[in-house]
Amino acid sequence: MAEIETAIGNKVPSSLSQVGIITKYTLLDYVRSRRFYVLLIITLLISALLTILVGYYRPAGFLLSDLSFYSSWWGNSVTFVIVLSGIFFGGDAISGEFQNKTGYFNIPNPIRRSSIYVGKWIAALIASSVTLGIFTLITIGNGLFYFSGIPYQFGESLLFALFYLVAVLGFTFFFSSLFKSSSMSILVTAILFLFVFTLIQQLVAALVQIEPWFILTYGAQIIGNVLAVPYPPPVSTSSFGPPGGPTFTAYNATIPEGLAIIGVYFIITAIIGLVLFERKEFT
Amino acid sequence: MASSNVPSIEAVKLTKQFGSFTAVSELSLKIEGAKCVGFLGPNGAGKTTTLKMFTDLIRPSAGEALINGVNAHTNKKKALESVGTLIEMPEIYPSLTPREALMMIAEIRGVPVGSRKKRIEDVVSEVRMEEWLDKRVGKFSKGMKQRICVASALLSDPCVLLLDEPTTGLDPRGMSEVREIIKSLKNKKRLIFMSSHLLSEVSDVCDEVAMIDHGKLIVYDKLPNVIAKFSKGANIVEVGLRSPIDATAFRTIKSIQSVIEVNTTDNSRLQIRFSGGIETQERILAEIVNMKIGVISYRPSDSELESVYLNLITETL
Repeated sequence: MAEIETAIGNKVPSSLSQVGIITKYTLLDYVRSRRFYVLLIITLLISALLTILVGYYRPAGFLLSDLSFYSSWWGNSVTFVIVLSGIFFGGDAISGEFQNKTGYFNIPNPIRRSSIYVGKWIAALIASSVTLGIFTLITIGNGLFYFSGIPYQFGESLLFALFYLVAVLGFTFFFSSLFKSSSMSILVTAILFLFVFTLIQQLVAALVQIEPWFILTYGAQIIGNVLAVPYPPPVSTSSFGPPGGPTFTAYNATIPEGLAIIGVYFIITAIIGLVLFERKEFT
Repeated sequence: MASSNVPSIEAVKLTKQFGSFTAVSELSLKIEGAKCVGFLGPNGAGKTTTLKMFTDLIRPSAGEALINGVNAHTNKKKALESVGTLIEMPEIYPSLTPREALMMIAEIRGVPVGSRKKRIEDVVSEVRMEEWLDKRVGKFSKGMKQRICVASALLSDPCVLLLDEPTTGLDPRGMSEVREIIKSLKNKKRLIFMSSHLLSEVSDVCDEVAMIDHGKLIVYDKLPNVIAKFSKGANIVEVGLRSPIDATAFRTIKSIQSVIEVNTTDNSRLQIRFSGGIETQERILAEIVNMKIGVISYRPSDSELESVYLNLITETL
């Protein structure tokens, strides 16, 4: 039997290094993709629209104080920017490997699937953070135009927003692992974040009158609420009409509660998503 | 490069079921050493499924897929350390250039930093894609992408190559070039396991064949032996000559022991039908070469492999 010469000098890197390699090249693919620029344009459009509206109409709600400015500007729109980033970069991150067949290029190599999953997740986080960073800079720029300082609560809100972004990407990657079709995973994620979560949250609070602690978007309320002084009470009830008439109960996640919801969502969806990807077959 | 163990791939009662459908059924096959093995079978026979189990693209339902003795599913990273693969027609991230995509694979496979750039340029040159090295893959045709994927399989100079219909999507020139690459790998003492629908390709490139049908291995042996065993008693080899031979030489060839029949159209390409296996084939070649009549090629006839294939595999999906 013939002795075979094998390539020496090749030393397969550690799984951690391979995560870095996947991150680097996925990020390169992202920043050159059309979707990255579409997302940037949407973010810039939202920012431009807010800049023009506030500059032209000078709404009292925005200009009452620095906190009210950040609350109205940032608190109402940053979650939308985050969800959009999650959908753009996470929606088909894993399903695309199956549908577009890029997985056939990456996976039959000496690399764990978990390294590919984590590498792509980090790349999506970095790409999304760039978008979030641009939105943050424009927000601060406008804030400094109207007020002299940046309230410390905005720093807290920014940290919560980043944490929420982490969870949103965990969730979108989970859905991306669930499907083999890119369009299906993007569509389901978009519908869930843009409509279903908000709808369930409102229905549960208003009709069943229980705290919707199991909804991710409920936990994300802390991003806007931390900019309110005083912080909104956990439960508040308002009555309509004459005494004894219908009441409306509103729930607000406390900061520890919100952080716990976001954290648990991230951990659970990240683990399930990873397990799904490890087990999914390229049939 | 240094001497190392003999590379091998082994399927041990390898089984894959998709619901009630058994794609691969208790496939046991061990291939060792420097050779090219053709993996033949009709559509749906289980060829690609088998190759996917060797590359952990799918999990076996039972049994093991071993590469160099290492389980490709439970210890994929170790098993695929020195394996180049081309399964189906992979896509590459469209925004990357071939240089970047191959650099990613080189980094993943741990090709030494100092030799990465040259290695990439070498393999890209081998598949004749030098001028496209820095263009984005998104604009490439299927054939061009397939060439880059062939380059990717060769990139780390692996000792085992698992190729699933490697010439699919290529133009005739590309097919010929890939076949030449595979032949050159045989000279470099690599183990190549390739599935193909093209029997001419298999008889041109491969030393051995494994045939599979309905997920079961039908035969695995050296190509001439398979032909001898299953071609109803006779083998055919095709001999190419530099120039036409005269009637005396023709009669001498006909008189060689075990030769049943010699046919020719222009006296420079002979079809020799003989009885016996690979040893007989070797002896006949030696005798013809000794005649010093300018032998330039000697290979099993394509039509013979086709006839064996059709004898063994009676139904296709």
